[in-house]
Amino acid sequence: MSTTGNDRRALPWALVTPALGWTLAFFVLPFIAMGLSSLTAHEGGGFGLSNYSQFFTNPSYWQAMVNSLQVTAIVTVVSVLLAYPFAWILAEQVPERWQRLALMLAVLPFWTSYVVRSYSWLLVLAQNGVINRALTGSGLISEPLQLANTRLATVTGFVHFFVMLLTLTIFANLKQLSPSYRKAAADLGAGPVRTFLHVVLPLTLPGIMVGAFLTFVLCIGDYITPQILGGNNELLMPQLVMMQIGRRGDFPLASALSIILMAVVTVAYLACARWLKIERT
Amino acid sequence: MRRIVRIASLAYALAVYAFIFLPVVVLVLFSLQSTSFPIPPFTGPSLRWYEAVLSDTRLTSALVNSLLVASISSLAAVTLGFLSAWGFARFVLPGSALLRGLITLPLTVSYLIIGMGLLVLFNWAGVPKSLLAAGIGHVVINLPLCFAIIYSQMGDHQINIERAARDLGAPEWKVLLLVTVPVMAPAIFAGFFLSMTFSWDEFVISFLLTRFDTTLPVEIWNLLRSGLNPKTNAVGSLVFAVSIVLVVLFELTLLRRKPV
Amino acid sequence: MSTPLVDIRNVSHRFGQLAVLKNVSLRIEPGSYTILLGPSGSGKTTLLSILGGFVNPSEGKVLIRGEDCTSMPPARRPTTTVFQDYALFPHMSVGANVGFGLRMQGVDSATRAAKAREALALVGLASTFDKKPHQLSGGQRQRVALARALVIEPAVLLLDEPLGALDLKLRRQMQDELKAIQKRVGTAFIHVTHDQEEAMALADHCVVMNDGRIEDEGAPERVYARPATRFSATFMGESTILAGNVSGNGNGHMTITTEIGPISLPGTSSVGTGIALAIRPEHIVLGEGRSDTPLGTAKVSDVVFQGSFKRVLAASNQNPGLQFIAKAPASAVIQPGDTVGVSCNAGDIIQLAG
Repeated sequence: MSTTGNDRRALPWALVTPALGWTLAFFVLPFIAMGLSSLTAHEGGGFGLSNYSQFFTNPSYWQAMVNSLQVTAIVTVVSVLLAYPFAWILAEQVPERWQRLALMLAVLPFWTSYVVRSYSWLLVLAQNGVINRALTGSGLISEPLQLANTRLATVTGFVHFFVMLLTLTIFANLKQLSPSYRKAAADLGAGPVRTFLHVVLPLTLPGIMVGAFLTFVLCIGDYITPQILGGNNELLMPQLVMMQIGRRGDFPLASALSIILMAVVTVAYLACARWLKIERT
Repeated sequence: MRRIVRIASLAYALAVYAFIFLPVVVLVLFSLQSTSFPIPPFTGPSLRWYEAVLSDTRLTSALVNSLLVASISSLAAVTLGFLSAWGFARFVLPGSALLRGLITLPLTVSYLIIGMGLLVLFNWAGVPKSLLAAGIGHVVINLPLCFAIIYSQMGDHQINIERAARDLGAPEWKVLLLVTVPVMAPAIFAGFFLSMTFSWDEFVISFLLTRFDTTLPVEIWNLLRSGLNPKTNAVGSLVFAVSIVLVVLFELTLLRRKPV
Repeated sequence: MSTPLVDIRNVSHRFGQLAVLKNVSLRIEPGSYTILLGPSGSGKTTLLSILGGFVNPSEGKVLIRGEDCTSMPPARRPTTTVFQDYALFPHMSVGANVGFGLRMQGVDSATRAAKAREALALVGLASTFDKKPHQLSGGQRQRVALARALVIEPAVLLLDEPLGALDLKLRRQMQDELKAIQKRVGTAFIHVTHDQEEAMALADHCVVMNDGRIEDEGAPERVYARPATRFSATFMGESTILAGNVSGNGNGHMTITTEIGPISLPGTSSVGTGIALAIRPEHIVLGEGRSDTPLGTAKVSDVVFQGSFKRVLAASNQNPGLQFIAKAPASAVIQPGDTVGVSCNAGDIIQLAG
């Protein structure tokens, strides 16, 4: 606890004001601008909720939100189910001194460019891409499958990214568990399966929830993956937002849709806030 | 039983590794294609697409732009983040928790929405689309990150270290330069490099806020319009290489902070 | 009386609503070793922080060498602080740490290095000049912190629980060293601790603090033998406390009625005055003794062998609420459950205000 002299009262404010000012000018103010813009009409001007009512009445807009929620839910569940066993194997089955390397390898493609990563999946999934060539070459199918420009492609691209992210967080979680918990469970007569179910899994659950929430937030707000891999056959919310700006220059509607998207994330946050408390033990 | 678990584990891990590496391997492999389509069969190796990338002034200037925007915006983010973290950690300020919450708030909002907000604001204010506008957006996303990293590393132990320096006669700016910055160096570097990688890779804000002069991810996006093209593979592989260099630097600074 | 080195006048301090110092006044003489002794929350560390300039008192003044330093920043005061966690600069060598204060004064690097080496030699660490703090042991870091503070020749050196982080054996050893260094340099040391043994071993002047006030101050021998208050009688060493009232006077003696019967002591006081009697453990005689004041009988509840003596707790049979704390010889044959006579010499009884 420090009580400083009056002559030094100005210093702390001089330190924090630039950062606060930046946040106010380029984060809070834009947000207010976006809020105001969402209440105006693209043509003709005037204030009103028409942009918001449009979202609820136009089935194609509404459908974009449904698509977004479905894709995000599938991606989150599949990513957790794939990543947990993988992280567990890295943490439990790989010898200690190779773990760091194994983990670094597992997340290496994480660092390729965002745009490039989605493009790479396009190479793999294209009509005459690696997978279709392999399948037709081996005679398993006669006609190439439609893999790109589908929901499956979008989900695959997302799952690829989030499996890496979740492996990282779940691995960290498993390593933080004190080995004495496991020893105590074994000492009290629990076999490996019951130790896992009754001790390891419940203790890592909060970490999984944090990772799953992160997946949800990043996934529902992403434009690139659905745009490159899913194409325009089925629109997700971020694509809908970008479409308003790109084709029609309709900033008010884009603003309203952005705010609705943000509201959904906020509701999701509030719904699972109690599981998101990161416990320090 | 144990044997079965081991074999199953190995098989599963290899399958996941294969899934994770499949697109990257395909990307790099077909960047060496000698024909015009990055699809099987492999016809390389050839460096012709790398030559094409390096002689494409749009791509090379976008690469320079990206590095400029990343380094300058990261420097700004880490400076603002450090100063505010120091202010909040060392002095009792009214409403401190609320103000700290405000600074970290952008972390919870998706880049698309941050970019949209800035686009609407700049559009109203008549600020033209430019690299500067994108850089401002990158500071908005990286400032909370730098602040959070540095603030979390400012422990009570360092408070006494700074007090000791003042007690021995150091004026405030010497405390900052000779004691606080060196002691906090690992966290400052971590914040800087993480910001670099995030800014380097950022697409949507740059896409919304730049027009003619743009950053590499946006330029790659433009390339995608021409469909599958080994040139895109080559530039993607180059970006991957630069990112790996940044990550290795980051790892090294993290490792170097071990002896405390 | 000459001007004291440090003169604390009517200092009070509050953290929010909490009063941590209540009208404290204290004078410190040049070249003395002063200990601020008290339990946690007694205000001793706050008082030290006020002396060091890290906290500005809510009320009162601090004069050092006759100059008002109340709101002077730490750097401009003739004081330096040795922090409890040492606060060595982790990125600088030991030599650079010790030379830091001189560097701030603009001393050239050659002189700085020479003086730093001298100061390190003083604390017996001449060979560590080029090491980094993390390569040193706890005791060595402590001494580097001491050298770093002493090298700029402060008028007053402030030590905040300097031995608190060390293990017992090292603490006793560092105690002797601190005392020797203080005698050698002649700087006034003000040292905060909650360890009364440390206080008795080191202090020229011992200040006992409790609940934001000074309970007692003086030479440690005096504070131990004749504590001024009930608190200092129990905090600076243990005591058995008997509560009573003066019930009669005669021939230079007064009779005090206590919970275990009347006791006669030299002195006079008006009848009805409340009084508390404190008896040190080493003055309580168990069994058939040759002492002049009987204190009834007691049932032994606990005997703890301490090496050179046995610490005995015994509940009075006259008043089971009263517990005697006594020191018996190591050879004494005594066990829990024994009933023993208790007595002492009137001259050893300390009279305190009730």
